[in-house]
Amino acid sequence: MSKKNNESQWTLWEVFVQSEQDGPHVHVGSVHAPDAEMALQNARDVYSRRNEAISLWVVPANSIIATTPSDNGPFFDPSRDKIYRHPQFYHVPKGLK
Amino acid sequence: MKLDKKTKEALFEFLLMLGDNRLILGHRLSEWCGHAPIIEEDIALGNIALDLIGQSSAFLNFAAVVEDKGKTEDDLAYFRNETEFKNLQLVEQPNIDFAYTIVRQYFFDVYSNLTLESLTSSPIKELAGISSKSLKENKYHLRHSKQWLLRLGDGTDTSNLKTQNAVDNLWRFTKEIFEHNETENILIDKGKIPETVNLSEQWYDLINKTFEEAKIKIPENNSDFSSGSRNGFHSEYLGHLLAEMQILARSYPGAKW
Repeated sequence: MSKKNNESQWTLWEVFVQSEQDGPHVHVGSVHAPDAEMALQNARDVYSRRNEAISLWVVPANSIIATTPSDNGPFFDPSRDKIYRHPQFYHVPKGLK
Repeated sequence: MKLDKKTKEALFEFLLMLGDNRLILGHRLSEWCGHAPIIEEDIALGNIALDLIGQSSAFLNFAAVVEDKGKTEDDLAYFRNETEFKNLQLVEQPNIDFAYTIVRQYFFDVYSNLTLESLTSSPIKELAGISSKSLKENKYHLRHSKQWLLRLGDGTDTSNLKTQNAVDNLWRFTKEIFEHNETENILIDKGKIPETVNLSEQWYDLINKTFEEAKIKIPENNSDFSSGSRNGFHSEYLGHLLAEMQILARSYPGAKW
């Protein structure tokens, strides 16, 4: 176990489940575990016990780089008034199917 | 399925051994529910307990069919007494702590994987079928208990000490696993189950390998072994377990929920 960990709490891992062939791995939740193998086993026991999965990913939560609420303005607001970025904005010419 | 009387009785007993091992160990694991060290492990132990009880249900159901006295799997599980149970003494041993639980589980899982694998080639198709379905589950159980054993043994000084202590105390129940008994001999002679004499060597090989990696020593005292479960001799713990497991079915016969 790495020294960074709080003694009473193992590393947090985010769990992604793929439920059908060629489908995306979807985030379903998280587990605590001391290492990757145990994280995979815990994810299997917690998130695939009712036949939900054909593949599992676990990722250390601290490896995920996320935006913070203070990023929201500059990151997301500018796209709000640019509805022309949606394909629905454009009229489909008559006769085109 | 046409079997002579002697073979039929042996098959019934053999199925009880398979079913009882899983029923009793499954019950023991279920005692962890709400008490495991972390919630993920609580769910894992619960899953394994349910798998084992499911396997037990299949083996006992088939046992009732073979016995042909109009009984059900529930009759066999809830209305037999202590001396009629055929499970190994190993699986009835109390949980004590997480290390004991994992060591007991690892000993059983290695054994179970070897047995079920060999039984998949039984000419009795029900037995082969239940075994192959159970084997899939047990392969995961083994992965789970082995990975824990490695981490507990080769973890901290405390976890190593606790694991070694569990091994030292449970070791005396391991020899019984491979004691050949009349029941198995009859079925082997009749070609109903595969010859499994080499099973114990494979078991010791696998245990040795894992223990070496986990920095756990095999106890040196190799004379003090306990056995006799196939003839109804159990440790003091089985009676208490059965009292708890059977009380509902015995107090309210035919209860449904």
